[in-house]
Amino acid sequence: MTVITEDDLHALADGRLGPERRAEVEAWLVGQPEARAKADAWRAQNDALRTLAREALNEPVPQRLLAALHPQRQRWLTAAAAALVASVTMGAAGWFGHAWFAASGNSSVAMFAAKRFARDAMSAHAVYSPEVRHPVEVVAAEQQHLVQWLSKRVGTQLKAPVLQAQGFDLVGGRLLPGDSGARAQFMYQNAAGERVTLYLSAVPKNTTAVPTAFRFESNGPVSAFYWIDRDLSYAFSGDLPRARLLQLSELVYSQLGG
Amino acid sequence: MTPPVDATVQMDRHSIIAHIPRLRRYARLLTGDTHRADDLVQDTLERACVKWKLWQPGAEPVLQLRAWLFTVMHNVFVNQWRGKGTAAAREAVLIDDIEMEGPGRDPGLRLDLERALGQLPPDQLEIILLVALEDFSYAEAAILIGVPIGTVMSRLSRARTRLAVLMEGAAPVKTSRPQLKVMK
Repeated sequence: MTVITEDDLHALADGRLGPERRAEVEAWLVGQPEARAKADAWRAQNDALRTLAREALNEPVPQRLLAALHPQRQRWLTAAAAALVASVTMGAAGWFGHAWFAASGNSSVAMFAAKRFARDAMSAHAVYSPEVRHPVEVVAAEQQHLVQWLSKRVGTQLKAPVLQAQGFDLVGGRLLPGDSGARAQFMYQNAAGERVTLYLSAVPKNTTAVPTAFRFESNGPVSAFYWIDRDLSYAFSGDLPRARLLQLSELVYSQLGG
Repeated sequence: MTPPVDATVQMDRHSIIAHIPRLRRYARLLTGDTHRADDLVQDTLERACVKWKLWQPGAEPVLQLRAWLFTVMHNVFVNQWRGKGTAAAREAVLIDDIEMEGPGRDPGLRLDLERALGQLPPDQLEIILLVALEDFSYAEAAILIGVPIGTVMSRLSRARTRLAVLMEGAAPVKTSRPQLKVMK
């Protein structure tokens, strides 16, 4: 029998000994209560470690992590070279959503992309606003962290509008994938439990954003007003009457613009 | 027969998705913060996408893909996350997650253990998580973080001893974490 070392005790605790060596070590430990206790404590430590953060194994994988596996997203994150490719490719009809921002004079392509952006916003609203336990990734209590984090990921400084005078409190926000990079969603809720969401995306750096009027789009019960202002495009969605949604959208516009 | 390149890409992306939950758990315990953990996982996946062509599946492709993904995460962690104040983030030890776990286990124990993990030097923390949580062999862990196996064993030993002391309630003198050493 070879000398038994501390490495053997680790291997015993970790279940990494072959049956023969294991028998040798176990036999040796009979006369070594201190070493026996050590190996047992280490095994208990392993068991305790395995109880930590187990919920991560059962949670659905967030969209932004799935999106990280798609290379067009990365192309956008690697700025300048990609921008060049984009401006060349832009002529191809129906390319990514940011054709909307191209100011290329091709208004039907731009219109199509804008509507698609609004539809994405409404889909995101429809998916996350009914959520009871996890409507947002970061709660409003951590607002500073939330806004910083979303700004970093979206690539431009964001602000969460204040809608308290209209009865809507910020619930929090989440990050979502988009054609040309990450998008952010802020969610608000009033006392009646109605939720509205503001969906934002950065206008790619190589394009000139043309400010637009409010446009309206609806899809089932959810409607949205959407617009571009400075370097961001916005969509404000909710299951509310059009006039009320417009009033809130105008408030958001006035707070965030200019 | 070699599959077409596109099919391989698809297959790899699909296989990577299956590993995301474990990468997230590991990252949560490594960073001590759910959101920062997902940021680390996101950076890791983006890096993996860029680098995946360098990955060569061998006899046990699933295990190897897993080990490779953890290697990528280790490198991202060491190169990009070093010294970004992981200690500060740890102050808010995953309390949400603990509350969500429900009854049955002692949440206080888990809270203590997470705090204790936060006081381990990052190089020891990585080793104990890879071995005890992720069940990598010592040899795999050594390759994964690029150190000799003897270093794995000594870090593991120090991690376990320190963790035991911390869990006995011995008040730590300092709560700040030392900087991660780069072992080359």
